[in-house]
Amino acid sequence: MHDILEKSGFNPDANYKVVGTSPIKHDGYDKVTGRAKFSADAFAPGMLVGKVLRSPHPHAIVKSIDTSKAEKLPGVKAVITREDFPEKKAGTGAGDMTRIAMAREKVYWEGHPVAAVAATSERIAKKALKLIEVDYEVLPFVIDEVEAMQPGAPILHDYLRTKGATGADADKPTNIVERSVLKQGDIEKGFAEADVVIERSFDSKPMHQGYIELQSCIANTSDDGQVDLWCCTQAPWVYRDRLTAIMDIDSSKIKIQQSELGGGFGGKTTFYIEPLAVALSRKAKAAVKMTMTRAEVLKGTGPVSGTHAKIKIGAKKDGTIVAAQSELSFQTGPYTGSAFVNAQQAIWTRYDIANVETLCYEVVSNRPKVASFRAPCVPQIIFGAEAVITELAQAIGMDELDFRLKNAVAKGHTTIYGQKFDEIGLIETIEAAKNCDHYKSPVPEGQGRGIACGFWFNRGGETTGTMSLAPDGTVNIILGTADVAGSRMSMAMMAAEEFGIPVDRVRATLADTNALGFNRVTAGSRTTFSSGMVVVNNARQIIGELCSRAAKMWKVPEEGVIFEDGFCRPASSNVGDFEPMSMKEISSKTTYTMGAISAHSEMNVTGAGPGFAVHIVDTEVDKETGFVAVKRYTIVEDAGKMISPIQVEGQLQGAAVQAIGWALNEEYIYGADGRLQNAGFLDYRMPVASDVPMIDTVIVEVPNPKHPYGLRGVGEVPLTPGPAAIGNAIANAIGVRPTSLPMSPPKLLALMKSAKA
Amino acid sequence: MPDLRFEAPGSLADAVKLLVAAEGPARVLAGGTDVVVQMEMDMIEPALLVDIKRIPDMGRIVQEEGGFRIGAAASGMEICEHEALCAAWPGIIDGVKLIGSVQVKGRATITGNLCNASPGADSVPPMVTAGALAHVVGPNGERDVPVEQIPTSPGKTSLGKGELIESFKLPARPKNSGDAYMRFTPRTEMDIAVVGVAVNLTLDEAGVCTAARVALGAVAPTVLLVPECADALIGTKVDDAALAKLAAAASAACQPIDDKRGTKEFRIEGTGVLARRVAQKAYERARANA
Amino acid sequence: MSKKYHVSLTVNGDEYECLAEPQMTLLDVLRDELKLTGTKEGCATGDCGACSVMVDGRLTCSCLVLAPEAEGRSVETIEGMAKDGELHPLQQKFLEMNGLQCGICTPGILVAAKALLDRKPDADEMEIRYWLAGNLCRCTGYDKIIRAVMAAGEEMKGA
Ligand code: FES
Ligand code: FES
Repeated sequence: MHDILEKSGFNPDANYKVVGTSPIKHDGYDKVTGRAKFSADAFAPGMLVGKVLRSPHPHAIVKSIDTSKAEKLPGVKAVITREDFPEKKAGTGAGDMTRIAMAREKVYWEGHPVAAVAATSERIAKKALKLIEVDYEVLPFVIDEVEAMQPGAPILHDYLRTKGATGADADKPTNIVERSVLKQGDIEKGFAEADVVIERSFDSKPMHQGYIELQSCIANTSDDGQVDLWCCTQAPWVYRDRLTAIMDIDSSKIKIQQSELGGGFGGKTTFYIEPLAVALSRKAKAAVKMTMTRAEVLKGTGPVSGTHAKIKIGAKKDGTIVAAQSELSFQTGPYTGSAFVNAQQAIWTRYDIANVETLCYEVVSNRPKVASFRAPCVPQIIFGAEAVITELAQAIGMDELDFRLKNAVAKGHTTIYGQKFDEIGLIETIEAAKNCDHYKSPVPEGQGRGIACGFWFNRGGETTGTMSLAPDGTVNIILGTADVAGSRMSMAMMAAEEFGIPVDRVRATLADTNALGFNRVTAGSRTTFSSGMVVVNNARQIIGELCSRAAKMWKVPEEGVIFEDGFCRPASSNVGDFEPMSMKEISSKTTYTMGAISAHSEMNVTGAGPGFAVHIVDTEVDKETGFVAVKRYTIVEDAGKMISPIQVEGQLQGAAVQAIGWALNEEYIYGADGRLQNAGFLDYRMPVASDVPMIDTVIVEVPNPKHPYGLRGVGEVPLTPGPAAIGNAIANAIGVRPTSLPMSPPKLLALMKSAKA
Repeated sequence: MPDLRFEAPGSLADAVKLLVAAEGPARVLAGGTDVVVQMEMDMIEPALLVDIKRIPDMGRIVQEEGGFRIGAAASGMEICEHEALCAAWPGIIDGVKLIGSVQVKGRATITGNLCNASPGADSVPPMVTAGALAHVVGPNGERDVPVEQIPTSPGKTSLGKGELIESFKLPARPKNSGDAYMRFTPRTEMDIAVVGVAVNLTLDEAGVCTAARVALGAVAPTVLLVPECADALIGTKVDDAALAKLAAAASAACQPIDDKRGTKEFRIEGTGVLARRVAQKAYERARANA
Repeated sequence: MSKKYHVSLTVNGDEYECLAEPQMTLLDVLRDELKLTGTKEGCATGDCGACSVMVDGRLTCSCLVLAPEAEGRSVETIEGMAKDGELHPLQQKFLEMNGLQCGICTPGILVAAKALLDRKPDADEMEIRYWLAGNLCRCTGYDKIIRAVMAAGEEMKGA
């Protein structure tokens, strides 16, 4: 039982010294001097280089693989194929995972690994790849999920049957993994009450997380089967358990050490080259380093789900939304796991709508398996949802923000998925948006302004961590969650606040998988919240222990000692006349008390506070070319209480620019041959510095009552309304509604033309 | 496949000798910003690379006969930093500035931009409209070739075995003349032209266009020099009517393809739009260059 | 055995030598041979700027320079930016103003920004944005990077 989860919630009257300031983060120094060690920055004695052979076909049976020539090439130490992984039944969790790592019966996308080589140099490894002969029986393929749903589409898996299908469809081979309905109220009745109904279709193309750090790892397998793995990951424990699941290696024999993480955004929550490196290392009996190229990252790792959406929404003249109905389809790549349920639940969470029906399809096709990306599946669906919300407001003639305010959810609202909201900050956020300078200033001539409102659940989950006190009174935190953008510092700040000491006296480091119990993946905007709980709980345990040691040393009852600002003091003059004792004085004498002082906590954290944001965007569209310039961008968001404001701002700003990329240009472009045509940063167009303006932030603080420092996750909320706000801005600039992501120049030009015609 | 051999000769004659004697595919290495990338992407597997940067004077930018001589190894940044060149040929500078990032331009050359023979190369249309000549050196002696005759199709040039470009000659800039280049890309930087247009024109004292050259990039297998576009401008004050004619002629000249960077329709229409904008810019520059 | 090339170069003022295969790049030499891993690889095709270094005083993508080309050249990398333990104003401002999140783009951006400020400490926002257009950052949205560069320029002007 953890007190912290039960009773010690947020204290609104507390006066903080460290929390709410913006000190330089401890991992910063190494990052500005080049010393920080990212995944590719490590070397091991006797290290080999591993390279992957990938399928050139989007869909083919792998009839045979002949590696004999490659094996004979001098310098080649190991070649692996599907034969080097134990058989796991297709259609199961482990079966899918092993087949994503290394193709078995078939290849399912261009870039699917079919073999890998470890050699003494990269050049030799690449040469060896060319000597591997793979006999493919090429099959018809399908890239788009709507096409994949049609009768007669090439079927990826003979065994697949649609979950949730009824009648004749229930027992037919299909590409539809799941058909799922979430509803409340009476949708027909709802629309009958509506004065205005808007109905539109939208679609989005997959985009990539776009982290700059290429996946790289070193696997070192000793002869007795102990595996050491160094890699960049948001989920060391998940990687470990998945290695166990697909390679039958005891988890206790696998030690994963995470490197500095050079960006992930959800894309490093699942492994790719890591199991291959382990298998190569096991076979070669040497350490093997593998680093993906950018083309491999784009072809081989998870983009987000491309989608189609049909949305119908109705409201009364007074502005009450009465019904919302949608049919959504999600690409998942060749295997299930798109997390579409996020979108099904989040599509309308901002609003209190009595009658809702949301039908979702998850569909396999010949693309790389999708992976998480900041609020998986949500921004591309909110793109359509917030477009029709804006159109409704315009049709009724209400101010857009007032319309949203009228329908906004508040404390006590029970969502369609059964969560009852505690303190939430949506109303405060919309009001702050109304009052911010950007919204109040007129739209500049020739530009269009867009508004959208976003939401993310924010998650908790299994989290562990330890904390120890050194004899000099400084504090060491060991975390199990990955640091994706500064969480070590936030943890150090929360601990410093608890102890009442300067943050420089606290350091947080990242554990390997042997050092702590299981930690869920760093995702869902859960880390600062969940690990923060662990840290505060540990600090409070240590404070209790400090008081108990002081009591021992003073020979007084424990209740006679209190802890304040880094010192144990007598609770009152009745206890005795003792000089306050510092953390250092106590911890330097632990030999005489009960030994070292440390604490650990293992929690399944709950109580993450949901987050809401409003984005306001001004765009200018070149009417002759369709080029969009984003001129001004403001994010208004409820962050709960901020631990480090400068880091919160950074999260928001980064998300805004990712939203700009997604909204305007980023997409996976396939040729008629089913191959990805833009697998590089030249043609996969992420925003560069000259593409974007400064990003203004207005941060609202409605504390999360369930966290001792009131914080809410801020990693994902700020992406969710971005593409929608930009879409609304473009619609207002050109007078016609774009409905397809990305809103690239050729599409906008065609749209403007068709509107003129 | 043969292993790669790297040579950095100290003279032009040695470079030619190496190229002539090469067994297997050979590449001249100037800035390397295409060659190294294509090697990295496994698009080419040369057996020999001849680095020309150690040959004396290959990086020169000097005034010659009222115009300029630019050595084959002069980097994009060196070109952009040359004040007299910037003043005389701002349209060429417009193009060179768009070749990749500052980092890339620190290495990339207009020679490579031309010999890579991509129809989207940014420095090529303004070099064509400038009437630049490539000085080609090879086993059979030297020759001057108009730059538009170097690329023959995507990735292919008219250079023979053992031939390489030593330098470019830009003519003198007449009074009342000016040039400009613009391209369309979905991003502001770091992209390949979806369409690109260069215009170089000369006016009389009254502001009437007496001579013009218009080149289009990324809308055909090679950069197009379009006389019909020039005709639309000559004899006019580059007014709206002339610009409309120019745009129509530019769009009509396009023979584009659909690809990952843009659609046919977009290219055809965009070329007309850009042609108008570029001609206006060139006209302003010509007026300012009295 | 393919022919290797002897490469001698100076990096941050120190002399180094190594043997390199001709298709190796300066980036490979720095990272894999000299173990100077501060310079990062994000694409190996000149499109991300993570590998930015100075070669003979010129800002360059080290992934676009072949190892033998580096013979005799003088290279400056992120490892040489702080002098005697004293951070460069850019490094200091990046820390203070949170010009970095994950930090993988940071070395390249610092090297590139220094090349700009050394020639133009009063570069304005747009000049900085265009100068840094070759340096991708996926985390920050550039805002705090641009502000940190402007602040460092202010300081360098005053110095
Ligand atoms: S690694 Fe050199 S530019 Fe990306
Ligand atoms: S800080 Fe992560 S890419 Fe720039």
